[in-house]
Amino acid sequence: MVALLASMPYWAQSLLRVLGGIVAVLLPAGTIVYVFLFKMMSFMQSRLGPMEAGPYGSMQLFAEVGKWLQKEDLYPERADKFIFKIAPLIVLTSTFLLVAVVPFGPDAWFTNFEAGVFYALAVSSVSVLGILVAGWASANKYSLLGGLRAAGQLIAYELPMVLAVVGVVIQAGSMNLQQIVVAQNAGEIFGWNGLGNPYILTQFVGFVVFMIAVQAELTQTPFDMPIAESELVSGYMTEYSGFRFLIFFIAEFATAGVFALIASVLFLGGWGVPFAWFGWESLGDIDNWMNVVGPLIMFSKMMLLVFLIMWVRFSFPRFREDQLQRFAWKVLIPVSLVNIMATAVLKVAF
Amino acid sequence: MAKVPGLFKGLGVTLNTMVETITKGANTVQYPHEKEAPPIRARGVIALHEGNCTSCMLCARSCPDWCIYIEGHKELAPPRRAGGKPRQVNKLDRFDIDYALCMYCGICVEVCPFDALFWSPEYEYSEPRIADLLHDKAKLGEWMETVPEAPELEAGAEKKGKK
Repeated sequence: MVALLASMPYWAQSLLRVLGGIVAVLLPAGTIVYVFLFKMMSFMQSRLGPMEAGPYGSMQLFAEVGKWLQKEDLYPERADKFIFKIAPLIVLTSTFLLVAVVPFGPDAWFTNFEAGVFYALAVSSVSVLGILVAGWASANKYSLLGGLRAAGQLIAYELPMVLAVVGVVIQAGSMNLQQIVVAQNAGEIFGWNGLGNPYILTQFVGFVVFMIAVQAELTQTPFDMPIAESELVSGYMTEYSGFRFLIFFIAEFATAGVFALIASVLFLGGWGVPFAWFGWESLGDIDNWMNVVGPLIMFSKMMLLVFLIMWVRFSFPRFREDQLQRFAWKVLIPVSLVNIMATAVLKVAF
Repeated sequence: MAKVPGLFKGLGVTLNTMVETITKGANTVQYPHEKEAPPIRARGVIALHEGNCTSCMLCARSCPDWCIYIEGHKELAPPRRAGGKPRQVNKLDRFDIDYALCMYCGICVEVCPFDALFWSPEYEYSEPRIADLLHDKAKLGEWMETVPEAPELEAGAEKKGKK
């Protein structure tokens, strides 16, 4: 398969990568919306959710997309039209850029970027721009407040997220996501290598901080101040309808999926199985079938993490703005700084 | 930190509800496919027992939003006993209830002195055209079939009137 890919002309490889990227973004997004937003949320509220479109409502998403595509492409009279129109695309672009560095198998990756972690964290903050711009261009007081709240919140939670990842980077000794996967699966716990060494064990504090920060970055409840529908009428999305709203909607859940993918790479061992099971030593020994099994493993780990995100979302009420900021600056950042220090000391000691 | 146990308790509630819904089924009813029987005294639709109506207009006048339309005329009926005078009776020409206006207060049913109006728990009579919500005498008469038997009186209660 690798040989086949290498023998293809450059344009064909690029086309394949683009198609792969679209699948890697849209497939998780659709699955997340159906499994978690439609079904799990309903079950948690003792109802069944959509049941009419397709068996158990499985075609509901297509019905929704069809509905949104039919709607008129509205924009407010005093909106900054060009910016208003491209804002959702900025948000979706950041999702696509984000998935580019996620490794799905020993050879199944889009780009094997040396500073992958750095790139992922940098690109994920591009979505803030899209949201801020959407809030501003709507020429609507609710949207503006929502956009500003989003900016304040996303910047505040970017920091604990970066700091939580630093612990992983210190332990793996690399910023390359592929190397982080290899380091986890080739690792051993006090000489026992049956489980590899997924960093959720050693970096549990980092994992918790990272997941909380992801929750906030995705503006999921309890961190949904920017889109608080009861006070801000969905914040920066107030004025959006039709397919532009659809793009925001896809971006929200696609980003949830991609962040869960990145979290599974950083903390749960990514696509790999513990190398000791099959007697592999390094990246070069891995059998080719891992390129097929790897994405499936990634997908199941993603579903697990998204389940956590959505479970929290459907359980807790919204934070107040001051509580939200205090939690980021007074709790998460100090905790992750202490975590970095402890990791660094232990790294040197062992 | 004192709030942490509460957080897990909250997560437990939603998880338990999810497991219960999956194993025991949801609290909701999938309406067009399965139906809940409404309570026996539910205010679904008002049925007319035409034979009891004397077109006295009490219901039409007491209706808060004037959704009952009655028209009638007087007729001479044969005398009850041989050699008597012919009786004058009120004949009902029109008895319509506009369910687009009705607010289901039930005053007409309460006020009817001759037991001509009854509550029926039937509720599935929505229409695509609002004008079709005007139920005429015949349709109101059909609803009589869905009127449940009056519940048993309490022990020792005095039976009043006749049905």
